[in-house]
Amino acid sequence: MSGHSTFEPKHPALKWFESRLPLVGLIHSSFVAYPTPRNLNYWWTFGGILSLMLVCQILSGVVLVMHYTPHITLAFDSVEHIMRDVSYGWLIRYIHSNGASMFFIAVYIHMFRGLYYGSYKAPREVLWILGCIIYLLMMATAFMGYVLPWGQMSFWGATVITNLFSAFPVVGPTIVEWLWGGFSVDNATLNRFFSLHYLLPFMIAGVVVLHVWALHVVGQNNPTGVEPKSAKDTVPFTPYATIKDAFGMVCFLIFFAWFLFYIPNYLGHADNYIPANPLVTPAHIVPEWYYLPFYAMLRAVPDKLGGVLTMFGAIIVLFFVPWLDTSKVRSGVYRPLFKQFFWIWIAVCIGLGWLGSKPAEGGYVIAGRILTIYYFAHFLIILPLLGLFEKPKAVPASITEAVLGKNKGAAPASAGVSAPQTKG
Amino acid sequence: MTGSRGKETIVAATETAGTTRRDFLYIATGAMGAVGAAALVWPFISQLQPDASVLALSSTEVDLSQVAEGQMVTVKWRGKPVFVWNRTEKDIAEAKGVQLTALLDPIARNANLAADAPATDENRAGEGHEKWLVVIGICTHLGCVPIGHSGEYDGWFCPCHGSEYDTAGRVRRGPAPTNLEVPPYKFVSDTKISIG
Repeated sequence: MSGHSTFEPKHPALKWFESRLPLVGLIHSSFVAYPTPRNLNYWWTFGGILSLMLVCQILSGVVLVMHYTPHITLAFDSVEHIMRDVSYGWLIRYIHSNGASMFFIAVYIHMFRGLYYGSYKAPREVLWILGCIIYLLMMATAFMGYVLPWGQMSFWGATVITNLFSAFPVVGPTIVEWLWGGFSVDNATLNRFFSLHYLLPFMIAGVVVLHVWALHVVGQNNPTGVEPKSAKDTVPFTPYATIKDAFGMVCFLIFFAWFLFYIPNYLGHADNYIPANPLVTPAHIVPEWYYLPFYAMLRAVPDKLGGVLTMFGAIIVLFFVPWLDTSKVRSGVYRPLFKQFFWIWIAVCIGLGWLGSKPAEGGYVIAGRILTIYYFAHFLIILPLLGLFEKPKAVPASITEAVLGKNKGAAPASAGVSAPQTKG
Repeated sequence: MTGSRGKETIVAATETAGTTRRDFLYIATGAMGAVGAAALVWPFISQLQPDASVLALSSTEVDLSQVAEGQMVTVKWRGKPVFVWNRTEKDIAEAKGVQLTALLDPIARNANLAADAPATDENRAGEGHEKWLVVIGICTHLGCVPIGHSGEYDGWFCPCHGSEYDTAGRVRRGPAPTNLEVPPYKFVSDTKISIG
C-alpha cells in the first residue's frame, strides 16, 4: 500500500486523455502515491510552505502590478494609492511585503533543516544545488522588489547594493553604470528592476519544478538519514504527508496573519515611507532583515573588494557543502559533535544578523570579524575535519527500526528533534 | 502509533452504519476551508473595482457660457466623452417634428427621468433649457464615438458601423439598438451644468 499503486483511470474520457497526456497520472504518482518516509517530522513541512509562499507572492504581486506605476515621479504615489484608494489594496500590499519576509523565514528553516539532517549528501547534491540557486534568485527578487516603492530605503538600498559591483577592479564602474542604465540609480534602473522583479519569480517557479523533480528522483531524506529499504519504511504521500503539510501550512499562515494584521510594518523601515531623494541619505541605512548576516560580513572586512567577495563567498560556499562535509553518516541526529557545531553555527548566523542591524563601529566590527571567520571556518575547516575525527553513534538499520525502537525508548536522541515545532 | 486510532474508526464505522465521526470532521474541515478560501478570494476580486480615486472623479462641471449657438463641445466625464450641444431653433424644430412611432428606440434613455419615459425632445433635452442637449458620446452599438453635425438626420454619424442619430441624439438608423444615453446632470445655474 505504501505508494506502490499506479494510477488507473476509470472514466473513458479520462482514459482517452491519459493515453495522450499522462498528466493526472503524473500528479497521482508525485503527490498521491509517492512514497514518503514514515518518520518525517514537522521540519519537513517547510517545502510545502515555501511552495505556498511562492504562489502567495506571485498572486499578490500580479495584483499589485495592476495598480502600480514604475516611474520615479509616480512610483511612490502609486504605492500610496494602493494603500489608500484601491479596494483592499492595503491588505494585498501587506501580504506581498510581509510575505517576502515569511518566504525567507521558511527558506532559512528549510535550509537549516537540510544542513542538520545532511539532506545535501549523495545522492542529493543536485537537489541541494538547485535549492541554493532558488535561494540566490529569491535574494535578487526580494532586493529588486524592495526598490519598487521608491522610498528612501528603496533608493539607497539600490544604490549601495549596485555599488557593490564597483569593487571589482577595472571593469567595476562600467558594470555599475551598465546596471543603472545611467550615472546613478534613476528611472532606467527602476524600470529594469520592475521588469526583472516580475520575471524572476517565474524563473524561481521553474527551478522549483526542477528541485521537486530532483527530489522525486532521489527520494526524500528523513530524520534518521537512512534510505527507505522496504515498503514498511514509507507511507503514501496522500493522505499522510498531505495532511501533515496542510497542518504545517495552516500554523504558518496563522503566524503570517499575526504579522499581516497586527504588525505589518514591524519588519520594514519607517524611512521607506519618505519618497526617494537622491540628494539625502538616511542616517541609518540597513537592508531588510534577511540580508543582515551578509551585510555584517560585508562591513567586517576593511577592504572594499574583500568585503564584497566575502559576502558573495558566504553564499557560494553553500554550493560546495555536499563535498565539504566528509562524514559517512548523513543525519546530524547520530553525530554528537556535528550537532554541537551545528547549533554554534546557527548562533553565529543569528549573531551576524544582529550585528548587521547595528552601526558599523567599535566592538560591533570586531565581533563581526570573529563571527565571519567562524562562519567560513564551519564550512571550510570544521565540516571536513569532523567527518574524519568524529565517532558517530550507531545508525539504525532501517527507518522502521528507528521509529518502533523509539516507542520503547531505545533512541531518545531523535525524540527531541522530531517534536512538532512549526513556528520559526 | 496509528493502532488505537484505527481501531476507534472501525468501531465507529460498524456501530453507525454509513456515517462516522470522521465523515463529520472531513465535512466540517472542508467547510471551514471553503469559508477561508472565499474570504481570501474576496479582496482579490474586490481590488478590481473602480478605486476611491476613480470614484472621486465622478462629477464634472461645464461652463455653458463658452458654447456658442449651434456649437457642440465634448467634455470628459468618468473617462467618457459627453457631448454638450447648444442647439439652434432649426435643430430643435427638427427633433420635435419626429413622431415617436418613427423612432427605432422610443425610450428617452435619460438618467434624470423615469426608465420608461418616452423619447420626446422634451425628455431628451435639458429640463427647462430645451436648446441644450447633453448626451454620452458613445455609440450604443459597440462603443465608438460618433461624429457630430453629420449623417442624414443632422445629429451624429458613427464611423464604425454607420449608425445615425438625430438632433435629439436618438438612433434613427441601425445597427445601434438604443438612443445615446443622457447622463445624470443638473443645471447649477443658467450657464453651468454639473454632470454626475
